[in-house]
Amino acid sequence: MSSPDRSVPVRPVLHLRSVRAAYGRIEVLHGIDLVVRPCEVVALLGPNGAGKSTVLKVASGQLVPTAGCFHILGRHANGIRPDVLARSGLCTIPEGRGIFFNLTVTENLTMMTYGGSSRREVQERAFARFPRLAERRRQVAGTMSGGEQQMLAMARALSVQPAALLLDEISMGLAPLVVDELYELVAQIAADRVAVLLTEQFARAALGVASRVAVMAQGRIVAEGRPDDLPADLADAYLGGSGTAGRREAGGSADTRAGDTSAGDTNTSNGRAA
Amino acid sequence: MHELIAFTIVGVVTGAAYAVAASGLVVTYSTSGIFNIAHGAVGMFMAFVFWQFEMAWHWPPLAALFVTVCVVAPLSGAAVERFLIRRVSDASVATTLVVTIGLMVGLIGLVDTIWPPQARVLLPFFGHSGFQLVGVFVTWEDVITVGAALGIAAGLRLFLYRTRTGVTMRAVVDNRGLAGLNGARPARIGTLSWALGAMLASIAGILIAPELQLSVLPLTLLVVDAYAAAMIGRLRNLPLTFAGALLIGLLQSYAVGYMPSTGIWDSVPLQGMRLAIPSILLFVTLLILPQDKIRGAVIQVRRAVRPTAGLARSLQGAVFLVLAVVVATSFLGAGDTVDLGTGLALGLIMLSLVPLSGWGGQVSLCQMTFAGLGAFAMARAGGGGSPLGLLAAAGLAGAVGALVALPALRLKGLYLALATMAFAAAMDDMFFPTSTAFTFNGSVAIPRPSIFGLHFTGQRSFVIFLAVVFAVVSVALLALRRGPFGRVLSAMKDSEAACATLGLNLTLTKLVVFSISAAIAGFAGALYGGMESVAGATQFEMLQSLPILLLCVVGGVATCSGALFGGIVLGLGPVFQSALPQVGSVTLLGTGLAGATLGANPDGVMPALYERTASWCSGVSARLTGPLARKLAGSAAGSATGPGTAPA
Repeated sequence: MSSPDRSVPVRPVLHLRSVRAAYGRIEVLHGIDLVVRPCEVVALLGPNGAGKSTVLKVASGQLVPTAGCFHILGRHANGIRPDVLARSGLCTIPEGRGIFFNLTVTENLTMMTYGGSSRREVQERAFARFPRLAERRRQVAGTMSGGEQQMLAMARALSVQPAALLLDEISMGLAPLVVDELYELVAQIAADRVAVLLTEQFARAALGVASRVAVMAQGRIVAEGRPDDLPADLADAYLGGSGTAGRREAGGSADTRAGDTSAGDTNTSNGRAA
Repeated sequence: MHELIAFTIVGVVTGAAYAVAASGLVVTYSTSGIFNIAHGAVGMFMAFVFWQFEMAWHWPPLAALFVTVCVVAPLSGAAVERFLIRRVSDASVATTLVVTIGLMVGLIGLVDTIWPPQARVLLPFFGHSGFQLVGVFVTWEDVITVGAALGIAAGLRLFLYRTRTGVTMRAVVDNRGLAGLNGARPARIGTLSWALGAMLASIAGILIAPELQLSVLPLTLLVVDAYAAAMIGRLRNLPLTFAGALLIGLLQSYAVGYMPSTGIWDSVPLQGMRLAIPSILLFVTLLILPQDKIRGAVIQVRRAVRPTAGLARSLQGAVFLVLAVVVATSFLGAGDTVDLGTGLALGLIMLSLVPLSGWGGQVSLCQMTFAGLGAFAMARAGGGGSPLGLLAAAGLAGAVGALVALPALRLKGLYLALATMAFAAAMDDMFFPTSTAFTFNGSVAIPRPSIFGLHFTGQRSFVIFLAVVFAVVSVALLALRRGPFGRVLSAMKDSEAACATLGLNLTLTKLVVFSISAAIAGFAGALYGGMESVAGATQFEMLQSLPILLLCVVGGVATCSGALFGGIVLGLGPVFQSALPQVGSVTLLGTGLAGATLGANPDGVMPALYERTASWCSGVSARLTGPLARKLAGSAAGSATGPGTAPA
């Protein structure tokens, strides 16, 4: 975490090179190239079933690419188990709250010490940022509100001090106010020289903090760039924001409809592979 | 007053032993998500290992204890997890149950082989010395038992809630994938939790063994009594588990002390109730306690969903079976014919599991109990071979099955299996040994039915009759499976939630399928008794239901041929035994080993065999028809049909 000189192009933390991945016999990623550097927040956007979560699964070691390769800090990382990656500085918060529902808040924090921090450090960092968690330290995590649960999940990103942070749909099921708060936190974490890769189905939430956006459809990245550089039609098709997305997709440009079909396909394959 | 204190102390000591056993069960379940039916068998095995060290090799007791509890037990526990449990960790409740049943049966067989049955003495720690406590003699062993229970309670609490490894064990059950994403090593944690479970089992086994003269079955089954305690703790809560264990110990002790034994009380059912207290308590606890959501059964992989055989195919199979038996019995010797007949009768009992477990997804551990009821009814009502006996057998078993199912209907998966197990254990103590049924340690003659003036007195004719019955029942079951009721059953197995949204009445479905299954088992039990000519209580005890379920699942519980496979294998036990006389119990050991194959082959042997032959046949036909088609249709069409037929 040294050399704060930002003018030199920094080595990417996460690097996916023509990655293909499949659930069983059904390929869902058809060649993904993606780079995430420190201090960057890269948002993967796109319709349901475009392959966003699969990219995160590959990047966290949960799914081994069938072709292409995936590098972490310049090291070839195909086939390294997720727990090994986690201990060496990758923090993944999966979809649907990355916490243990049956453990108390303190016990959840104990589970965050595998990254290398001591139990006291983890607790201090978590409670300093989220005083609410300190109040509820003995409470079973599953009985807290959705926002509090996501705070607890994000506490891992804070306390582990990772090199890269992977977030899958952290806004799911949360009130807009809480979502804004969470993304503010994501920006802060990224500013601490962390490479952040996140997925978001409703783009508007993430656009505020993303330094780069990659739009996915049918297992490919169809556009990439700074949030305001994206071609207008794509932005219209995929980034319609939470308010209008449903209507637009229902109305359906050809692209969106194709995206939806692939969504159906990948979901089926998902179910079979699971 | 003195008497009360004495019984209280005995009760506390018994309760402490139960507590040690139950705590191991709870730890294994809450850290690996798998209910280890073999927990008692592991403890029994370790008690024998300890005996070998201490009594046979004359090691100092402390060294023997240390090596058993801290070296042998954890290593074997870890090995079991590594080679057996890990492969089924995300399988259905039924599969995991069956694998641990296989472990239990296999361990019993292993002990019979290594330590051939003979009288063995395992002295309690510090012999029989002790001291007077408020006028009651207490041995040091008693003190150690209570001390061990308290120590384990405190130690486990600290370990599971205060150490990171302990917290991780619980976290892995909560969400295995997430534990890995946190950086924990889920595989290693799973191994560790089984090692710990085996250690606790070994302590329980060694503490209880001296009291039971180191005999295999009582030691294995005593821990079944601990299930009730574990269930009171809802398989998670250690303090409640300990309270439950104490309650059972005290109840049993007071029952011995204060239950009258004269007049009406001097009867086998009521005296058997003393023994059956833990089973009854288990049943009641299961019914009363709020149901926990069972984990690990959310997503079930069904690799190959085979279509049910149509009428033509099932008739072909039926005719083939009968012909095969007719041919086989024409040259088999008398002994082999009997084994074949026993196998067919056992297969018929297993057939009762096909609609219940194979199609409906419910696990029952009391099919032999229903079979016993059937044999009992046949002995009573089937005098002179009256076919009414068979009807009575099916009717009685079906009615009792419905009675058992009625309160147990709200139970799911594991809990239903344990409730049926408790029912079977209670029947072992309270009904089968009575003079009404099979008499204590005795046996009763079971008549063979005569139908349409045919008497099946000869072995060969009865064996062929059994084959015909098996074929007819199979065809009828398959017809049921293809009908609306079969569809509902299959839907229930796939998703109870989805069934509820469709407005299907699953309560009635479960009741009916349980009843049908019990009726088939009872009917089969009557014929099984007829095959053997006489039947005793031990043939139908709870322990006998375990190989029935296990081998049926190994054969393929969703197929009638799987039941046939299981039955024949179990029936041929004596043949295997005579081929390998140096192995103590080939049937038990082999059954256990068969259970271990489930990890590789969760659907069973027969479906895998069908698939193998089907792909072989299609391969052959593709090779035969490919060139032919090419010749007939010219090269353009031929290249299209060639690859087209191959993967079919």
